[in-house]
Amino acid sequence: MKKLIKLFVNKKEYEIAVAPNRTLTQVLREDLDLIGTKEGCGLGDCGACTVILDGRPVNSCLILAVQANGSQITTIEGVADGKTLHPVQQAFVEHGAIQCGFCTPGMVLSAKSLLDNNPKPSEYEIREALSGNLCRCTGYQKIVEAVRSVSETMKR
Amino acid sequence: MNDYRVINSRLPRVDAYAKVTGDARYAADLTMPNMLYGAILQSPLAHAKIRNIDTSKARKLIGVKDVVTAKEAGTIKFGVSPARYDETMFCVDKVRYVGDEVAAVAAVDYETAQEAVSLIEVDYEELPIILDPFEAMKEGAPAIHDDFPNNICAEVHQEFGNVEEAFKTCDYIRTDSFVNKKQDGAFIEPQACVAVYDMNGQLTLYSSTQTPHYVQRTLAMVLGLPIGKVRVAKPYVGGGFGPKASANTLELAACLLSMRTGRPVKMVFSREQVFLHSRARHQFFHELTTGVKKDGTIVALKNTCYMDGGAYSSFGIATVYYAGSLLGAPYKINNMKYDGYRMYTNKPANGAQRGHGGVAARAAWEQQLDIIAKELGMDPIEFRLKNIMKKGDVTCNDFNMSSLGMKECLEAIRDGSGWREKKGKLPKGKGIGVACGFFVSGAGFPIYRSETFHSTAMIKLAEDGGSVNLYTPAAEIGQGSDTILAMIAAEALGVKYDDIRVLSGDTDYGIDLGAYSSRQTLMSGHAVKEAAEDVKRQVLEVLSEVLKVPVEDMDIKDGVIVFKKGKVDFSGLRAIYTKEHRGFADQPAGDDLTFREASRIAYLKRGLIVGKGAYKPGELGGKYKGATVGTSPAYGCSAQIVEVTVDMETGKVTVDNMTDAHDCGFAINRTNVEGQMQGSLSMGLGEAMFEEVKFDEKGRILNPTLGEYRIPTALDMPNVKTIIIESNEPNGPFGAKEVGEGAIMPTIPAILNAIYDAIGVRINELPITAERVFMALKEKK
Repeated sequence: MKKLIKLFVNKKEYEIAVAPNRTLTQVLREDLDLIGTKEGCGLGDCGACTVILDGRPVNSCLILAVQANGSQITTIEGVADGKTLHPVQQAFVEHGAIQCGFCTPGMVLSAKSLLDNNPKPSEYEIREALSGNLCRCTGYQKIVEAVRSVSETMKR
Repeated sequence: MNDYRVINSRLPRVDAYAKVTGDARYAADLTMPNMLYGAILQSPLAHAKIRNIDTSKARKLIGVKDVVTAKEAGTIKFGVSPARYDETMFCVDKVRYVGDEVAAVAAVDYETAQEAVSLIEVDYEELPIILDPFEAMKEGAPAIHDDFPNNICAEVHQEFGNVEEAFKTCDYIRTDSFVNKKQDGAFIEPQACVAVYDMNGQLTLYSSTQTPHYVQRTLAMVLGLPIGKVRVAKPYVGGGFGPKASANTLELAACLLSMRTGRPVKMVFSREQVFLHSRARHQFFHELTTGVKKDGTIVALKNTCYMDGGAYSSFGIATVYYAGSLLGAPYKINNMKYDGYRMYTNKPANGAQRGHGGVAARAAWEQQLDIIAKELGMDPIEFRLKNIMKKGDVTCNDFNMSSLGMKECLEAIRDGSGWREKKGKLPKGKGIGVACGFFVSGAGFPIYRSETFHSTAMIKLAEDGGSVNLYTPAAEIGQGSDTILAMIAAEALGVKYDDIRVLSGDTDYGIDLGAYSSRQTLMSGHAVKEAAEDVKRQVLEVLSEVLKVPVEDMDIKDGVIVFKKGKVDFSGLRAIYTKEHRGFADQPAGDDLTFREASRIAYLKRGLIVGKGAYKPGELGGKYKGATVGTSPAYGCSAQIVEVTVDMETGKVTVDNMTDAHDCGFAINRTNVEGQMQGSLSMGLGEAMFEEVKFDEKGRILNPTLGEYRIPTALDMPNVKTIIIESNEPNGPFGAKEVGEGAIMPTIPAILNAIYDAIGVRINELPITAERVFMALKEKK
């Protein structure tokens, strides 16, 4: 039996009828067509499905859509301001922090969430914040450099 | 100094914006109207006869549109090497590993397809299981494939020089053995595809693949379609590293189901299915004997290798050759003997993975060379430098080092890591180690015997040259080929990077063998460069006719025409362009004739301006059996220094620092080269430190998740000091050659040698777990 829920995704309100067994990843991707959220394992291991839920980065594959009822959610599609990239995104582009790109949306959201809460993280804090997001291509170095460059330029 | 305007820079990737905004579409993101969802039934048993398959209950389930088994799919065999086509779309009379594909279903949604799969009843008769390659070889062992009674899928025997005679001249000879573990590709995007068969009989497959061309051929062969009726297009691919370099049953089944139902069919592997499909790194058991002179000259190498192949051949024929041919270089050595055996076992098939066939061999040998240097009282870097090959040297197995910055790599890491200050001077528990390696810049031959071009390219100018459309069938899988090829096209044509629009990864655009064996920068790069030069020539020829200026007195740079011998009056030409674009706001102005104007005139005179390029390697060395595996137009090389800390109480190893120098010939994009180096080191560190696919006694994978099968996280990787060495490869476009795989070669042995430096023990089995180090320390005491 479907349940009617309300999600506030990228500052837009959605009212959706969802089956109770559907994950937030599935609803974002299939019902809202927000395919920037990736699924790499469906088990919470890889972090490709990371979204920011009420201010915290979460694996959306481990959350049922009904559990997110009433929540504020930011997906990768909501990070840029129109055509202007978020500083984290801009840094990823400039530092070569992207290869295959499959981990990139989750990585950007984890990095953004870190900097929102801790604008001047140490390198260890950056690596810890990204340790739930697996990347097989980059060896993480350019990702860490990108995040560090944003923390250095952010004026807060 | 060169005068390049685009290449050798740090331009951002062409796909960076699509990927960083979530806009990039991968195979699992695609949907089609009226699309069905597929699911595959896989064997729960490692080895069993199929007595009967009953699909009647599955067919009756509401929402199920089709169920297929070998009965519907046929029994045409496929694989990677035509000499070892040993797979069928679905198992015919028996299953050979847990995960072997038995049937597939198409239904209105994924849940229904999965439910239908669970309703298929298979009557199995269990057979004895063989999980150990040495058991598989024994007389009387049950045959996994009837054609191979001893389960020996392939064996290789090669000798160059005379190893036994050479050993007699040696002052010091030692034998060591080494074993790695089965690794998983662990790309973050599981394989996915959408098949669309239309009413005209045209099949299109959108798939997460490294090799659209090989997949196209396999689909046509197995499904019985003309190749021209099969199109394979690759959306963005989330990493491959080898396992996505051949056609799989997911792709074949989606196509078959689409052909039968007349509807698009989508199929996606779960993460567990990625592990079951595997086709990743083999387990290798190496025994190496190396003989040297007192002065440190390496004289001879005997290499015996047994490989756990799993249930099918996959890339294994190439692998068993590479496990021999990728040793020797980058050291001068005249005597080399290799005996390699690949065995079938009841496990998922092993195939190619970054550093194909050579990674375990390299780890074994570079550790042994470290031992030998120590025994001879030589510094390991001096020992290597004494034996190092240089540009123009040819190995005893006929690999021509047409460029080789190996010495420069070693010196760069020695000086860049503080080796002299650290070696032998670090406190107990801390160590420093070094190793070298090399790799091909593309396989010299296609995987099927053919005179085919390895890469073709086409560049079509928009009618006013405002956009330069590069059509390349090369496969961007994350390594950056779209970017590299756009940069090469822009440089060779003389336009700006932003003017190039890349359309790639589609068999409709031509032939390219794909993203494997580190081939695309060199091979696809050559084809693209040639196409760009063809376009440039055509535009300049028209200008020459119109302006009466010899072609050789003109050039194109930064999007404008350069007149080498002073000003030329092109006002007539500009007048034509301006008149044709009345009302346009961006009319050309200024003193320079723009590429757009020149392109428009070329179009008016000649029609569509299309440039073509095609590349295949020239004649390569080696007339012996197996010379096709390892010969390449060029070789990249790497040297690394690693520093570790070992906890003497627990045996836990931490990698603190890595310094890597790689000779890529010439860096088209310096950021991308560093990214390939860092990624290679990360995969090497994972294999060294913790990666291992584990099985229970029934052949079931114990850790088929990314949580239990661990790959390096951001916390596991130290920062890597990357040093780019450019030796200007004569056979590469703009001097460029390989970087995608060579950098993984030295990683494992450099870690092993650093551990020895730290605690005085040698580890001969991967992964280097705390337990293994602890036990080795205990034994030493």
